[in-house]
Amino acid sequence: MIDLQALPELPPYGMAREEKRAFLARELGELTRFHGESCPEYGRLLAALGAQPGQTDDLASLPFLPVRLFKEFSLKSVPDEVLARTMTSSGTTGQQVSRIYLDRETSALQSKVLSRIMGDFLGKQRLPMVILDSPAVVKNRAMFSARGAGILGFSMFGRDKIYALDENMQLDTEGLKAFLEKHEGEDIFLFGFTFMIWLYFVKELRRTGYRPDLSRGVLVHGGGWKKLADQHISTGAFKQALQETCGLTRVHNYYGMVEQTGSIYVECECGHLHAPVWSDVTIRRPEDFSVADTGEKGLVQVASVLPRSYPGHILLTEDEGRVLGEDDCPCGRKGKYFEILGRIQRAEVRGCSDTYEQRR
Amino acid sequence: MSNAVERLCGREPEQGLRPLRPFAPEALDFLSALSATLLKDREAKAYPDVITFAYFCRKAHLARLEEEYAGRLDGRLGRGVVFHIAPSNVPINFAYSLTAALLSGNGSIVKASSRDFLQTRIVCRAMEKLLTEDFAPLAPYVCVVTYPREAQEVTEAFSARCDARVIWGGDETVRRVREAALPPRAVEVAFADRYSLLCIRPEAVTALSEEALERLAKDFYNDTYLTDQNACTSPRLIYWVGEGDSLEASERFFRAMGAYARQRYELPAVTAVDKLTAACRAAMKLEGAEIVPDPDNWVTRVRVKALCPELYELRSPGGFFLEYAAPTLDALGDFVTPRVQTLSYLGLSPEELSRFVLENGLTGVDRIVPVGHTMDFALTWDGYDLIQTLSRKISAL
Repeated sequence: MIDLQALPELPPYGMAREEKRAFLARELGELTRFHGESCPEYGRLLAALGAQPGQTDDLASLPFLPVRLFKEFSLKSVPDEVLARTMTSSGTTGQQVSRIYLDRETSALQSKVLSRIMGDFLGKQRLPMVILDSPAVVKNRAMFSARGAGILGFSMFGRDKIYALDENMQLDTEGLKAFLEKHEGEDIFLFGFTFMIWLYFVKELRRTGYRPDLSRGVLVHGGGWKKLADQHISTGAFKQALQETCGLTRVHNYYGMVEQTGSIYVECECGHLHAPVWSDVTIRRPEDFSVADTGEKGLVQVASVLPRSYPGHILLTEDEGRVLGEDDCPCGRKGKYFEILGRIQRAEVRGCSDTYEQRR
Repeated sequence: MSNAVERLCGREPEQGLRPLRPFAPEALDFLSALSATLLKDREAKAYPDVITFAYFCRKAHLARLEEEYAGRLDGRLGRGVVFHIAPSNVPINFAYSLTAALLSGNGSIVKASSRDFLQTRIVCRAMEKLLTEDFAPLAPYVCVVTYPREAQEVTEAFSARCDARVIWGGDETVRRVREAALPPRAVEVAFADRYSLLCIRPEAVTALSEEALERLAKDFYNDTYLTDQNACTSPRLIYWVGEGDSLEASERFFRAMGAYARQRYELPAVTAVDKLTAACRAAMKLEGAEIVPDPDNWVTRVRVKALCPELYELRSPGGFFLEYAAPTLDALGDFVTPRVQTLSYLGLSPEELSRFVLENGLTGVDRIVPVGHTMDFALTWDGYDLIQTLSRKISAL
């Protein structure tokens, strides 16, 4: 495997198709072998699949793990003594949450890689930062989950941080005004979760008529479109509303999950999500899990070379999407670019058993 | 009746409704008239489940059923009023439950599924027509209603006045309905969540012609995919029994099954992911399990090395099967619990299977039926003889 010091230093969007395939096949093949030897449950799975783990030429043939299994099993590839922290997915009360076990090595890799990716969009300097959320999310340990971890993780790329919302999710207009006055003429980094931004920022600006000048801002947001899609808000409408209410034009959505923190997929200036060098997206057909063609809709499989302490390097998500191209996005970034089309829908099952809601 | 209740046919039986003798002539006449009406109904033709029910109610079939009880019904009368809670997901089940109660001599209040199934409408429309014309006196014996399951006060009111209660729908429904008290003398028949399996001899598959194999695929499809493999009767475990080559037989069987299902069964993406998740879950929990590579996702299966209690929970609707192979049936002895309902078979005789159950004192297995017939309704269901259970015996010395 590649030297861990060198891994985060790779150019985030600089490796072209053939080289990247070989790199991923080598790294992911090795990770498959390593996790098979180190995590008993994963080892049994490889045996059940008859997999011959190790380096491979055929990236698509490596086994993929349905992401839901992290909600049911404690999957670890390192001894408990070296665990540094446990991440959990956000979930409402009563839902099972994913538990992801991190050692220092994996945790550090995640931070470094995220920093390299964000550097590509924000520049090398740390910018004054506005968090479009409430400090309660980070303070309140009961709420502390993917949302809190996201805020803390992205806070590394800003300085002079303020929270735009107060403890009660109310927009702190005075605080924001003071901040913008202080940093007049500077680029500003804004971060938040898509639905929260819509609900507590955009809608509030519309209601109050307050028009902060964020024309020098760069917004990075994530957390999924499901809730906005439920309200029939498209990405276009979201961006247009931001431009109208505060002059924000540099808006980057990202796709990522707690099971693969760090190696996230950020939307470029052309509106495409990009796989950085450390990760990869494969679309699989639901009818046989074969690899879909470019442009064909299917299930999203994500791969990341970062997970060392848990076997989460190749995951089958419950999202649908399609690959739009590779290495040829007009933005100039190399690697696959793609779009996410939403969560797969639960069907109503027939049969006389109680209709059971296991799962999410 | 409460506002939440929609009446679909018949009328609510008054207090002191007169019970009938089992297989009473007026009940038989009504059911055979219902059969004729449904078989003439243009709309019913589109629903094989309605047609199957109509055949069940034909005069000749009812006579055959009565014959099976010859000599055992003397001195018996219905209990009075039976309150049925039909399952929410199998449209025609309410009609069978009602038929069993009527044949035992009872009036019925049936809660049909609160989901609006056309099959329910068709059958209730046919019954209502008969009950307002030639069979008016039977109207209080055939009362079908529907109401939201949350309307617990309605369940309480019907429960408080019935002489027997029949609950379909699984553990959670049984638990909820049981919160509604029954009169002290009332009896209850509760159909809980069950587990079913198929026992099959490899030779019985390898010897089949291509045509017979296709028929087998169809039979097994009807046992499983037709109800999303989510009925209590749907096999989830395939037990290959005997010395024959179970690997070869299994490949042949599931190739045919997959091809048959692929043409008929819509496989949503979420089902494919659920089944893969179930397969991985099984592999991660069970030492020596094997996820069988199949050409597509219509069939998902895991070969297991041993039968253990964990298997009951390792399930997923829509074509997920565990496979186990052994020279004899002996492993069933420790595996079977009261949860096991239907044992379907191919290449074995029902006599040898029932002998095995009886001689080993198994706590489960209530039905032993040939492959393709797991859904066939019978008056003995889940270990209950419904005619005997829903009637009372007058002893005169």
